[in-house]
Amino acid sequence: MANNNNTPRLGQKTVGQKILTFLGNNSVPIMFILICAYCIPASGFSAGYLLNEIVTRLGRNAFLILSLLIPIMAGMGLNFGMTLGAMAGQIALIFVADWQIWGIPGLILAAILSIPFSVGLGVFIGKILNKAKGREMITSYMIAFFMTGIYQLVVLYMMGSIIPIKHASIKLPRGYGIRNTVSLLQMRQSLDNLLSFTVGGVKIPVLTLILIALACLFIVWFRKTKLGQDMRAVGQDMEVARDAGINVERTRVIAMVMSTVFAGFGMIIYLQNVGNFPTYTAHSQIGMFCIAALLVGGASVDKASIGNVFLGVILFHTMFIVAPKTGAAITGDSMIGEYFRVFVSYAVITVALVLYEAKKRKAKSAAGAQLAAEQAAEEEA
Amino acid sequence: MEKNTAPLLEMRNIKKDFFGNQVLEDINFTLEAGEVLGLVGENGAGKSTLMKILFGMDVIRETGGYSGDVLLNGEKVNFSTPFDALEAGIGMVHQEFSLIPGFTATENILLNREPQKKNVLSEVFGQRLNTLDYKEMDKCAAAAIDKMGVQIDADMRISDMPVGHKQFTEIARELSKDQLKLLILDEPTAVLTEKEAEALLDSIRGMSRQGISVIFITHRLHEILSVCDKVVIMRDGHVVEDMPASETDVERITKAMVGRKVDVSVKQDVRDHSGAKTIMSIRKLWVDMPGEIVRNVNLDVKEGEILGIGGLAGQGKLGIPNGVMGLYEAGGTVEFDGKPIPLNNPRNCLDEQLAFVSEDRRGVGLLLDETLEWNVAFPAMQIQNKFLKNLLGGLVKWRDEKAIREVTDRYIEELKIKCTSSKQKAKELSGGNQQKVCLAKAFALEPKFLFVSEPTRGIDVGAKALVLEALKKFNRESGVTVVMISSELEELRSTCDRIAIVSGGRIAGILPATESSEAFGALMVSQVK
Amino acid sequence: MEKKNEKGMLRRAVDSYGIPRLIITGFLMSMFVLAPFAGVDLWTQFTNVINRFSWNAVLVLAMVPMIHSGCGLNMGLPLAIISGLLGATLSIELGFTGPMSFFMAMLLATPFAILLGAAYGWLLNRIKGGEMMVATYVGFSAVSFMCMMWMLLPYKSPTMVWGFAGKGLRTTISLEGFYDKALANFLTIDLNRFGINLVIPTGSLLFFAFLAFLVWAFLHTKTGTAMTAVGSNPAFAKAAGINIDKTRMLSVILSTWLGAVGILIYEQGFGFVQLYMAPFNMALPAVAAILIGGASVNKASITNVIIGTFLYQGLVTMTPTVMNSMIHMDMSEVIRVIVSNGMIVYALTRKTEGGK
Repeated sequence: MANNNNTPRLGQKTVGQKILTFLGNNSVPIMFILICAYCIPASGFSAGYLLNEIVTRLGRNAFLILSLLIPIMAGMGLNFGMTLGAMAGQIALIFVADWQIWGIPGLILAAILSIPFSVGLGVFIGKILNKAKGREMITSYMIAFFMTGIYQLVVLYMMGSIIPIKHASIKLPRGYGIRNTVSLLQMRQSLDNLLSFTVGGVKIPVLTLILIALACLFIVWFRKTKLGQDMRAVGQDMEVARDAGINVERTRVIAMVMSTVFAGFGMIIYLQNVGNFPTYTAHSQIGMFCIAALLVGGASVDKASIGNVFLGVILFHTMFIVAPKTGAAITGDSMIGEYFRVFVSYAVITVALVLYEAKKRKAKSAAGAQLAAEQAAEEEA
Repeated sequence: MEKNTAPLLEMRNIKKDFFGNQVLEDINFTLEAGEVLGLVGENGAGKSTLMKILFGMDVIRETGGYSGDVLLNGEKVNFSTPFDALEAGIGMVHQEFSLIPGFTATENILLNREPQKKNVLSEVFGQRLNTLDYKEMDKCAAAAIDKMGVQIDADMRISDMPVGHKQFTEIARELSKDQLKLLILDEPTAVLTEKEAEALLDSIRGMSRQGISVIFITHRLHEILSVCDKVVIMRDGHVVEDMPASETDVERITKAMVGRKVDVSVKQDVRDHSGAKTIMSIRKLWVDMPGEIVRNVNLDVKEGEILGIGGLAGQGKLGIPNGVMGLYEAGGTVEFDGKPIPLNNPRNCLDEQLAFVSEDRRGVGLLLDETLEWNVAFPAMQIQNKFLKNLLGGLVKWRDEKAIREVTDRYIEELKIKCTSSKQKAKELSGGNQQKVCLAKAFALEPKFLFVSEPTRGIDVGAKALVLEALKKFNRESGVTVVMISSELEELRSTCDRIAIVSGGRIAGILPATESSEAFGALMVSQVK
Repeated sequence: MEKKNEKGMLRRAVDSYGIPRLIITGFLMSMFVLAPFAGVDLWTQFTNVINRFSWNAVLVLAMVPMIHSGCGLNMGLPLAIISGLLGATLSIELGFTGPMSFFMAMLLATPFAILLGAAYGWLLNRIKGGEMMVATYVGFSAVSFMCMMWMLLPYKSPTMVWGFAGKGLRTTISLEGFYDKALANFLTIDLNRFGINLVIPTGSLLFFAFLAFLVWAFLHTKTGTAMTAVGSNPAFAKAAGINIDKTRMLSVILSTWLGAVGILIYEQGFGFVQLYMAPFNMALPAVAAILIGGASVNKASITNVIIGTFLYQGLVTMTPTVMNSMIHMDMSEVIRVIVSNGMIVYALTRKTEGGK
């Protein structure tokens, strides 16, 4: 039937072009592989140590990063507001620590407890982002700062005075407010240790990994649900989705709620591994590091997969582990390496944002060239 | 089937006005099941407003609703949203694609109507967690594509599709709705290649055989004749002809479409400038203005004349001034007063004392958040260093507020701009007065040559006359060459000396303004793409 | 009827001023009113506010050119601060002292501000529409990059480098003997003689007034007018023959230079140069201040700068003392975080009319 011989087919490229596009599309991960390839030998870490560290960090971070996937799917960009989920997780842990419920039961209770906080915060952030369409990222970034203030207000002034906190070990001596550090020593790695085994000096936190796998399965399954399909539609074109009868605003709020709840769980997993947390700052950098890791894995602002999460965690944290030692080996000062890894985290986000914004503006002049060519062809004929 | 002698659709005495501006009057016609109705008319004749009423679009209710009755199967209906219309079996394919670019044809065809399977989680958390039934989706999409009769790749992503297939995807989406009884196609062939258009016509015939009625809106008259059972021609908000397609021909339709309007007197003082020198010569111009693409245009403008550029919407008449003035990407050569002007940079044109009043008043024409003073004086200040005081021996070019106020006040008076003061914000003015501000802005540049694009779009009758009069006066008194682009042929005929008609992105012909409307009408549809 | 109209006008006035801004102003007013009851000396408080105002006003002023040209809130202020820090450290390194070192710091910061500003402007022109997010991370990247540089650059001056290592700059450098209070000590008005605890750093205020006048004047020139038009409606400006990219770049360079000078003024008041991560969190207070002053994402005036800085600094200095003496609870930091970031979120959710 209607043939389209005259429309140029995409994808018919030479091998050289293919390689170039591949390199172009994956420039960030490739750059990181090169950085790691250079830094690992220079750091002098043993393979076993490195592997152990990477597995630990994978278990610690993967769940948190997975929470970023859903808003990206719904076209809301990188969710800098995942910090809110982290806060919900922390508040839940503070309560559990106060009630002295430790171990796996404590973790489960904390997870359940975090849900209402996460849902509330998710609805809040979702509603605000619906008012700031087109600048979701900067707005969610600022909301994270704003909520940090509210979090401080609650934890530092209201806990112990209005909200009952009974255990003295976490309360400030003045009678209200939570101490600067909340110790989770009695539930430290209780999740990681259950069912865990060691292979060649590398501890495998089986249960944590199972949870992460379940989260991945959930996301794969979720993409195939009606809601997932609606989110993808909303993410690509809000107006078309609205015309088709999809409730755009509600769908976007749900995406934020899901992301926040996931982030809350992720934070609990993260903190049980670390074993304690600075009450007032634990959440503040989480968003940035998770986003950087995801981007290092090759994701962009509008496209991210589960593969990006794992590649990202491994590459980003390898760099993170080896950078200080490498810096010290090269310049004699480990601080250089510390600053270097901070710089790289920020730089990778900057590059990803620039690429995304620049891509939006590209492909415009292509249409003009096409017209000129058509006209020339017409004259020849 | 129950016995039902009423026609599928009947429109009875439909009337609609937008803020006192009558756009539809006494619209009556009927449509039987399985009939194909061709709806034709110039832009602004009221076709789209009529379809919006039928489809229950929000804009109708927001502007005060309509009077008259729409009857479906003999029953009066009044849709408050497009979803009600869909429910009742009316489908519409709009001119702009309403497709999700990253989805396949199947996903788009069934958008928000996907067949689903229940699961444990959806039992608990609600239906939105149902999983999609991909097999069933493929089946439904294939059935719809079959029904359409045009083969498209159901698994191809929209963003990879040629434009014609996108159009077919939209049609298939409407056909996949079981309740569909009436399909409205708004200029569906505009984006299709000739072969694809043929296929679409076949598909329309097929739908008709299956009992689906079609309202087919197009400017390609031969298509109407080849596929429609009846033709309804609209002009100025009236149905002027309603007849079987077999009893008419292209010429008759054209005549009815453009017809003579009673109250517009073609102006008496048409002047002949054929002896004057060519002030602007355009060669091989192409312009990439979305929706108004211009291809290979050659045009000579004579000094001192008012040249009109007319044509149907989307045919490229707006692309010409926007391309020459550097607002959209363009190629080819433009010579002004013997000197070539480099394209794609507005500054070059402005430096040569060309000026442009854009059709996009709010987007391009005005600084809505600033005062009238700024709006009027800004280009002249930037281009010609007017309204500036040189301080410190010319080192600092200081804004001369007094001179700016004077010039603004002068134009407020001259053009009768209704405002509280020259300090009022532009966004607070009515459309007509905003248009006058745009003119004042161009006049303040004291140009040698003026492009005016759709100067009367969206403004009331009184303001229209004033604007056209001001343009004419400007041309007569200052000897400025004016090129005026308008969708309203009668307006061009009453103002211009010569009128060029653009069709399919090209100049279809140039005629003196005294020529008959029918002659212009024929040119308008001659190369419609 | 008339009453209704009046009500409508009041409503409009409130709407245009904005509820959050109203709350903040009201809050600050109540602080001033409560201060005497709380046993706080009003004049001391006032001196504090004026002082902090003189430190910060120019940093807030640095927002204005970029907002005018439509580049949004200058989240990339750390970049400007780095230019200023380079000027400051170079001036000290080259051995200038006293007020001269302040002048030299400004002079030396200028080429960096222009260069960095141009590069930053070039980048922002490539990503129109997404400026704020990118600017934030450009600022962060630059700060963390400079952290490495502060350690590696071959500075020698003993007042600046770590004493024991002999290399690498200190995190905090005292400006005593250099330009500490270089402006503030000029024509200072000290009313302590009359028993009033009021000290006005006239020099700093005059210098701010001078810079504010320059910006005000610039906005009244041909180029300044073009800049405002670009921010108000880029399509209009383009049709009027304005080179949008060039105008935007100029605004970014101006903002960067003002930011560089702003941090120098801050340092002369504060008495120390803060390096490494210090510039990191300096953008948000300035952004919040101008928004509190009544600016929006694409409109700002000198008045906004003055009112905003005053209100914001008032909030920062008044709240802790007044609250502490009233309820013996120092919630000022929390209030500051909530107010300033809440204000920014509020501004971002406002629809911007007119241009995009």
